[in-house]
Amino acid sequence: MKPPKAGLFWGWLFVLWPLLVGSAEPTLRATGDLGVIVERGAGRVVIVNTSSNSVVQRVEGLGDLSHASVVFSRDQRYAYVFGRDGGLSKIDLLRGVLDKRIVQGGNSIGGAISQNGKLVAVANYEPGGLKVFSADTLELVADIPATYGDGKLSKVVGIADLPGDRFIYSLFDADQIWVADVRDPKAPKVEKFSNIGKSPYDGLVTPSGRYYLAGLFGEDGIALLDTWQPQQGVQRILANYGQGEEKLPVYKMPHLRGWAVAGGKVYLPAIGRHEVLVADTLGWKETGRIAVRGQPVFVVARPDGRQVWVNFAFPDNGFVQVIDTLTGQIVQTLEPGKAVLHLEFTPRGEAVWISARDDNKVVVYDTASFAKLAELSVESPSGIFFTARAHRIGF
Amino acid sequence: MGFPDKQRGRRSIFFGKAVGLGSAALILGGVNGGPLALAEDAASLAPERARELVRMVRQDCGSCHGLTLRGGLGPALLPENLSARPLPALKYTILFGRPGTAMPPWQPFMTEAEAEWIVVQLLRGFPEESQ
Repeated sequence: MKPPKAGLFWGWLFVLWPLLVGSAEPTLRATGDLGVIVERGAGRVVIVNTSSNSVVQRVEGLGDLSHASVVFSRDQRYAYVFGRDGGLSKIDLLRGVLDKRIVQGGNSIGGAISQNGKLVAVANYEPGGLKVFSADTLELVADIPATYGDGKLSKVVGIADLPGDRFIYSLFDADQIWVADVRDPKAPKVEKFSNIGKSPYDGLVTPSGRYYLAGLFGEDGIALLDTWQPQQGVQRILANYGQGEEKLPVYKMPHLRGWAVAGGKVYLPAIGRHEVLVADTLGWKETGRIAVRGQPVFVVARPDGRQVWVNFAFPDNGFVQVIDTLTGQIVQTLEPGKAVLHLEFTPRGEAVWISARDDNKVVVYDTASFAKLAELSVESPSGIFFTARAHRIGF
Repeated sequence: MGFPDKQRGRRSIFFGKAVGLGSAALILGGVNGGPLALAEDAASLAPERARELVRMVRQDCGSCHGLTLRGGLGPALLPENLSARPLPALKYTILFGRPGTAMPPWQPFMTEAEAEWIVVQLLRGFPEESQ
């Protein structure tokens, strides 16, 4: 009986050896189900995994992230974090470390990555303009001040990438839309559109990269540019949606980025109204409006387009509502926590992650049953960004 | 909420600023003629409400003016940006907003005394949140 037992022992030892001594090879990991959540007060991001609904790691030292946004490299390995203080940080999601960081401006609002993944552009409030960097080294390759009038600089808002390694953005103070072609970064070509409407506050491009929409704060309406036919100029759509009524005070500017284009319609936040505006994406005519709980901030379509999720400005920022795009009705009202700032769908939309700043948590919901799947402890969470954005135009 | 190191660091900055309050009160005295009255207003605010207001300014005002109040879509609200303006004008800007701009009226969410308290704090260098 003895020899077989010894054989069994050595056999098991052989099988278990790698577990007992630890493997010399690092555990392999991919990044397609990762994302980052901004801890806005702490200058830190949390790397999360959307398959296991868990926190992977935290990365510190990113400066003032009070209005931070994130884009991803096309290999989904690096996250570029745009901080309010002009910081641009490149985070390695695989190693969980800060790879590079520069402070490129005084006050910035967001950024975008070019179609070929080689350039990262930052939209700055101070000094007003666009700066373009090598995605690899973060070296400055182009500087395009947003000069208007007699040499003043405008705050830049609503930046998005366009096909052809171009960036499109709006000039808040100058009522203009600019398209910067940086295929040759040493000699960027800028096309300017003036008098697009008063005080554009944010913008989006449609999933095809064809249409750019800029929301107007200073008047009712949306500025629309068909980037396939720029010679047609900027048109006004949804003009006078407020029908001359005085708008409600706006306690938080809506965001257009993170579009809601679904089923041939676009869903947009109305400024100073408790409404989501609906327009068709062929004729860009208003087809309806949906009364909601408060003033919408983010209006975002689930990736399949069947639902549109909406969060709200202070003081209704504890609620999230879900619109069924087939019926145009609100089918669910959730209260994820205090001060909901952002929401992000998993790549195919079976779940949504919602940040509740004042409850220091991120809540994960099943988008079919609305059941709560998980809760993660995150300090003052704001933006949530998943790596699936890497492969979408306008993200 | 479980990030004690960070918060302790912040609180000490807050107290550091509070020590330097004398000079701010002098400046205010020139503007409003009553540093003592202002100090009493500040003292009369319940600590819980003061915390709420600090959070509201940092977080909700901060969505336009920046969490650090160095400005964003709205202008910077640091002492050097505000000290040249009369205190009542600042107070009424908070309460009633500025028509024609993105600044909304905050009157539904605070009293006049609370708005004045916020102005005084802004002119001194606004406290950090202490949670």
